[in-house]
Amino acid sequence: MKNKYSIFSLIKNSFTYHENWQRAWRDPEPKKNYDVIIVGGGGHGLATAYYLAKEHNLKNIAVLEKGWIGGGNTGRNTTIIRSNYLWDASAGLYDHALKLWEGLSQELNYNVMFSQRGVMNLAHNLHDVRELKRRTHANRLNGIDCDWLDTKQVKEFCPIINCSPDIRYPVMGSTLQKRAGTARHDAVAWGYARGADSFGVDIIQNCEVTGIKRKGNNIEGVETTKGFIKTTKVGIVAAGHSSVLANMAGIRLPLESKPLQALVSEPIKPIIDTVVMSNAVHAYVSQSDKGELVIGAGTDAYISYTQKGTHEVIEGTLKAILELYPIFSRLKMLRQWGGIVDICPDASPIISKTSINGLYFNCGWGTGGFKATPGSGNLFAYTIAKNEPHKLNAAFNINRFISGDLVDEHGAAAVAH
Amino acid sequence: MFIIKCPYCGERDHTEFSYGGEAHIVRPKQPTELSDDQWAEYLFMRKNIKGLQYERWNHSHGCRQWFNVARDTSNDKIHLIYKMGENPPK
Ligand SMILES: Cc1cc2nc3c(=O)[nH]c(=O)nc-3n(C[C@H](O)[C@H](O)[C@H](O)COP(=O)(O)OP(=O)(O)OC[C@H]3O[C@@H](n4cnc5c(N)ncnc54)[C@H](O)[C@@H]3O)c2cc1C
Ligand SMILES: [Zn+2]
Repeated sequence: MKNKYSIFSLIKNSFTYHENWQRAWRDPEPKKNYDVIIVGGGGHGLATAYYLAKEHNLKNIAVLEKGWIGGGNTGRNTTIIRSNYLWDASAGLYDHALKLWEGLSQELNYNVMFSQRGVMNLAHNLHDVRELKRRTHANRLNGIDCDWLDTKQVKEFCPIINCSPDIRYPVMGSTLQKRAGTARHDAVAWGYARGADSFGVDIIQNCEVTGIKRKGNNIEGVETTKGFIKTTKVGIVAAGHSSVLANMAGIRLPLESKPLQALVSEPIKPIIDTVVMSNAVHAYVSQSDKGELVIGAGTDAYISYTQKGTHEVIEGTLKAILELYPIFSRLKMLRQWGGIVDICPDASPIISKTSINGLYFNCGWGTGGFKATPGSGNLFAYTIAKNEPHKLNAAFNINRFISGDLVDEHGAAAVAH
Repeated sequence: MFIIKCPYCGERDHTEFSYGGEAHIVRPKQPTELSDDQWAEYLFMRKNIKGLQYERWNHSHGCRQWFNVARDTSNDKIHLIYKMGENPPK
């Protein structure tokens, strides 16, 4: 049994200098056999295991992670959460996730620091204005909150934005989703890990999957750095490494893996209490609870697994940031890093069965899957348990690349997150 | 950050070049005969290799010529550069 976190447990543990807290999750050796194996211990993989155990009553589940949990894109992203996507299918998917975020800290008894501080998407030209207004209407038709702000209202809502008409890309308005915001990335991985572990899920770190064993069209198990493990169902949630795993199983995916970067500044006093994104000049910024500005940059144009990214990309982003926020001009940047994101041709994810029985993929989240973590796990668990998609992820099947029924979210998602 | 040796101009910073994706994907000879599956293979499915990849680059801010590059995507090291129309090294 897990001890519940509360004000009382906090006081109690303070008497022993916080040295006797219960482990948040066990550190088991892999068993010989599991009913379901999830490959990839990021937020999506851990959430999948959590909902498999909680909602589908499966008990013999393992999550295999080659490094440490949350060490992939889950721990590298800029934590922006929103659901104001254009198409109906995306709206359904991302708003399902947003609704789960709204109750997640209580659900997991773990503070994921979900902060609904609002997300703005700036318009810098007439085309942006039209597209974003169209999206505002589409969102409202789908029951998703979304407001349109003109330049004056932008200035009122976020005073540090440079709204002068004579900058290179003037601010001509903005959408605002008030329910959107940020969350604490590590806490999401740890909260789901603790929750899954309490239902008996084995979370096995430092265990890389090196092969997928098939017999005919069925799954027999996985080869790992900790030996062979038998199973008939494998759910792969490996983000940038999805194609590497698909290759092991002998199938092809429509993905390209590219480095995406982010950086943070030195901590400063509260200066920006919302999230501001701009697709056109490709700069977005929010402020962490520690006071650092969290700035997202772009992807490199070519496939790479180097997990670093190039300097020019950061330079381009910072140029835009400085024009939009001249007040940041003397700030020092403290850290920069990259993650490998798996990008689909239509900038929408794949949550799907495959042509192999018992093999499922959850991938293609590219630059924007953190926001979907709870919903993605929830729907992937459903898909694995029932061997069929939930109606909210039916459109995100792998066959859409054959039928041509794409969910083209490039405008809403490709650059932004 | 890496240097690419354009077969026509010599060594330049990679920012002078544009990436053209996986090389040696041949356009179907008879498009009207293709099934949906074959179209999907041609249009969307990619090797997305972690390791040695054959890819196309264009010297877009230089001579504007296309050529092929064999690059290791796990460390961005370039192993070989060869011209368009040439076969990938064995
Ligand atoms: C710089 C940056 C900024 C971003 N900003 C945002 C944002 O603001 N908002 C947003 O919504 N999204 C954002 N994203 C995207 C988001 O981070 C991802 O879509 C999301 O976190 C993916 O979660 P995941 O659990 O699928 O992947 P990951 O957290 O990457 O987990 C996959 C795991 O699989 C493991 N793995 C891989 N291969 C194997 C193997 N063979 N065996 C075992 N384990 C394996 C990896 O080690 C990894 O831990 C950003 C991404 C980056 C890089
Ligand atoms: Zn040249």
